[in-house]
Amino acid sequence: MPNTKRRRLFVRSAATSVAVALGATALAACGSEDAGEDASGPVSLTYWTWTPGMDKVVDLWNKGPGKKDQITVTVKKQASGDTLVTKILTAHKAGKAPDLVQAEYQALPTLVSNDAVADIASEVGDAKDKFAEGVWQQTTLGTDAVYAVPQDIGPMMFYYREDLFKQYDLKVPATWEEFAETARALKKKAPDKDLTTFSANDSGLFAGLAQQAGAKWWTTSGDKWKVGIDDAASQKVAGFWGDLVKEGAIDDQPMYTPSWNKALNTGKQIAWVSAVWAPGTLTTAAPDTKGKWAMAPLPQWSQSENVTGSWGGSSTAVTTDSKNKAAAAKFAAWLNTDGDALNALAKESGIYPASTSAQLSGAFTTPPDYFSNQPDFYAKAAEIAESTAPSAWGPNVNVAYTTFKDAFGKATKDKSDFAAALKTMQDDTVADLEKQGFEVAE
Amino acid sequence: MKGAPYAHPSPTTTLKRARSAPYFFLLPATILFALFFALPIGYAVWLSLHKVKVSGLGLGAGARKEVWAGLENYTDALTDSELVDGALRVLGYGCIVVPVMLGLALLFALMLDSDKVRLAPFTRLAIFLPYAIPGVVAALLWGFLYLPDVSPFYYVLEKLGMPQPDLLDGGPLYLALSNIAVWGGTGFNMIVIYTSLQAIPAEVYEAARLDGATPLQIALRIKIPMVAPSLVLTFFFSIIATLQVFSEPTTLKPLTNSVSTTWSPLMKVYQDAFGKGDIYAAAAQATIIALATLLLSFGFLRAANRRNKRDVSQGGVR
Repeated sequence: MPNTKRRRLFVRSAATSVAVALGATALAACGSEDAGEDASGPVSLTYWTWTPGMDKVVDLWNKGPGKKDQITVTVKKQASGDTLVTKILTAHKAGKAPDLVQAEYQALPTLVSNDAVADIASEVGDAKDKFAEGVWQQTTLGTDAVYAVPQDIGPMMFYYREDLFKQYDLKVPATWEEFAETARALKKKAPDKDLTTFSANDSGLFAGLAQQAGAKWWTTSGDKWKVGIDDAASQKVAGFWGDLVKEGAIDDQPMYTPSWNKALNTGKQIAWVSAVWAPGTLTTAAPDTKGKWAMAPLPQWSQSENVTGSWGGSSTAVTTDSKNKAAAAKFAAWLNTDGDALNALAKESGIYPASTSAQLSGAFTTPPDYFSNQPDFYAKAAEIAESTAPSAWGPNVNVAYTTFKDAFGKATKDKSDFAAALKTMQDDTVADLEKQGFEVAE
Repeated sequence: MKGAPYAHPSPTTTLKRARSAPYFFLLPATILFALFFALPIGYAVWLSLHKVKVSGLGLGAGARKEVWAGLENYTDALTDSELVDGALRVLGYGCIVVPVMLGLALLFALMLDSDKVRLAPFTRLAIFLPYAIPGVVAALLWGFLYLPDVSPFYYVLEKLGMPQPDLLDGGPLYLALSNIAVWGGTGFNMIVIYTSLQAIPAEVYEAARLDGATPLQIALRIKIPMVAPSLVLTFFFSIIATLQVFSEPTTLKPLTNSVSTTWSPLMKVYQDAFGKGDIYAAAAQATIIALATLLLSFGFLRAANRRNKRDVSQGGVR
């Protein structure tokens, strides 16, 4: 016994260093099967996605248009977010990435800069009109290429407990200044309640708020990247939330914890700055308060403005490893522009489509079950989606996002200056770009 | 020795065969070792000596190359304050976990070994059981218990009007994390010590009792010295487990602002590899951690062995 145990521990200690190395081989091994020949004839494609219910949507393709064109797509369910990006990059390194991958918009530059996703402009360029300009631009990275077809978007909105707002005589804030006043007013009337929380565990929320304020975190000039994380707009957003946290006007504990669920479910927190997908989250986090919430546009930085940020959203990309790029692009276009496909996506996967026409048809003519009290939910959502500010992603969003969690987590805990945390985020992001050999403009 | 009744092949072939036999038997283990141990480690070391080099905007084909980095990743890792801070945090954590866990394990083992204990098999199983629970599950369970808003403990404290400490911040965080490890690990170490207690011959106790030793004296003067080798062994395991702490802080991380994504050195490796996508730096850090683990654990083993030998020789003289 001691001997085997010792061996196991020994192996485990070395496994640490091996895990990274193994990643490459192991992932390559479970990558896509050979995707057939380039010639026409039956083609089979592999698709990595985390969207629930995607297999049912893909069935529609395999039985319909796919059958006609002899293109069969197989779904391989994946983990979402950053882990999938790493997995795709590792598989790509071995030349074994699947034909199609789901990619969050902010991950596209990373994938493009690793030469993992292919330019499919000639195959899907026509789909451009189906999407809002700001959405489409995220898949082109401002170039003539098109690296993905937009699938879903996450325009940001303000969610609040309608009943409790009435009870405490609070007005739905139209500006961020009013938002802060509302938070203070609530604290005065019910000291044990919070308007919302500032959560340092989701970088996407802060990125979306900065985007609304007009921040452009990554831009290019010539052959150089410019990082604007520490720009005036982001500083304004960071300072705003930092002051609220320091003052104690809002809570500072992370989202998506059992505590947070309970706070929403019991009305300890009575509002949430979120995105169009919030009904799904609220359904599981706060089941007892169904029908008591309402949605409003995000507060603005000035009365005259009408703009929102985005939090979440993803696209379908074709990899450079695919041997059937044209077929894969055809599927990607069908999946995200065809009426039937989008209907099924809404029904089976509960996504909010990027395609403009789909936002007001089919599943989106009635409000989500959780918001049955707000019949015009999706009409309003479509209106808000239109006001989405352009976004600017770069090749190392993952680094900025990671640094956000640690720097803002620490600042929140210590109730210290959020400006310093933002500066850390900027510095780390620039340092990483330079380390990789990117040219960075001052 | 008389010749066997069956026919022997010529003595030289027997000798040859006998000489090659060990290698033949070693072959499967050697192949497995090479494939799943030496080779991946070699690849990790190879990765740690490389880095990525991007040209221009880094968009499009061929913009990214893997180039030789020399020891750059290693110097970066060793000068990275976050890695050093992580090591210090783990040191603090280890200073709580190892003594408490081994102390409890020894105490429980001695108690189970005494004649007066009742329900020994049940108690033994009850103390051992947490070890069978996966670390992540244990950390999740404890995480729930540490969150004031959902924890039954806090509910009771509140009803009793007692102070409710924030277990997920500052110093208490170390206690909270250590508690998970102690809860999970004590049982295993107890079994190791208990097994070697059972192996002590009864005559020794008898002799001690005849000499007038009390049960306490038997425990302190006979039992503990005689299980010293198992204590060394459990200490060795515990050092390694502590250096590798990963799942507990990773599981608690989403619940609090106090645990950073790079709280322990292994978390930093994971973060760099899978969060930041820099497998080269991660490989270098992993190599450093593996070396440090080897150095510490074997250093300890050697020191313990040397002491043992000295004790034995002194005993001989006396």
